[in-house]
Amino acid sequence: MVKVDIRIKLKHGVADPEGENTHKTLDLLGFEGIKSVKTVKLFEIEIDAEPEQAKEAAEEMCRRLLANPVIQTFRIDLK
Amino acid sequence: MNSTDVRIGIIRIEGTNCEQEIFDTFRALDTNPEMVHLKQLIGNCSPSMGRDLDDYHMIVFPGGSSAGDYVRAGAIFAARIRNKLGPEIQNFIASGKPVLGIGNGFQVLLELGVLPSPDDAMIDKPQAALHTNESARFECRPTYLKHENHGKCLFTSQLPRGEMVLFPCAHAEGNLKFHIEEEEEMLRLLEENDQIVFRYVDPDGNYAGYPWNPNGSIDNIAGICNSEGNVLGLMPHPERVIFRYQHPDWTRDQDFNAPGDGRVIFTSALEHIVKHY
Repeated sequence: MVKVDIRIKLKHGVADPEGENTHKTLDLLGFEGIKSVKTVKLFEIEIDAEPEQAKEAAEEMCRRLLANPVIQTFRIDLK
Repeated sequence: MNSTDVRIGIIRIEGTNCEQEIFDTFRALDTNPEMVHLKQLIGNCSPSMGRDLDDYHMIVFPGGSSAGDYVRAGAIFAARIRNKLGPEIQNFIASGKPVLGIGNGFQVLLELGVLPSPDDAMIDKPQAALHTNESARFECRPTYLKHENHGKCLFTSQLPRGEMVLFPCAHAEGNLKFHIEEEEEMLRLLEENDQIVFRYVDPDGNYAGYPWNPNGSIDNIAGICNSEGNVLGLMPHPERVIFRYQHPDWTRDQDFNAPGDGRVIFTSALEHIVKHY
């Protein structure tokens, strides 16, 4: 069993309205010194496979469903 | 062909909505619409329920939040279609039959790679995205649209170029984006191929950004077609303004049973089908 973390992030330069709004709200709540807030989506996936196969499968998942390459990038971490 | 012989497939999965409005519109136009679940098209049902895309003269992807809008709006619906129905959809589009995607349906067509498709091939990855609205809010209100198409798009053949219409929008992810490094090239291609169909404008017809453009979409674009003009995707909902009484200013009209602004999308498509099939 391999545990795979897949992080989907917005590409550099793509606006992140959810992150910006969260930043604004944290400012309103009185948190000081926040430079930026970015949203990242994390999928924790357990796969019954060898680590190499699991990584390949995770890449395929990103291509076919989890990430839109126009605005997003992905990072895969095996645990 | 008579309009009564025209069969329209409205494709649904869990979470789609406005199917009923689309169905009622096509009924009011004397055609033969049917709501069909994706499972009926891929054979995951009893044999008597099974349907084939070729059973229809036109298909519609309705609005809503298909599959809960999880992952990204439209991504799950599109992935399921590509996996089980890819070649059939490709053939349907290549045959020139009309395909309409409204709201979430537009998101599905983009995720499928069917739109904007300036080179007219369905590819296996998206060429554009409908990103979160710049306001980070669900924007739900009437929007003014200017018809920008020079005649390519079959869904607006009955609408003069430059005319303004009012369709309601209701979405959280309608902000059209291209690869940052390809933005200008993509916009140039879309203009050159006559693929831009609607842009958001203010009441005077000017491009005016937010709030008139509810989502921050590039170049105020609200709807685009493919390079053949038989696939249209747009964020606002024409099926919600089929009668004048569905417009916010309906009490000022003499005849509130007169057609609403959205009807022209459906009558244009119907005219095309009746003429060609």
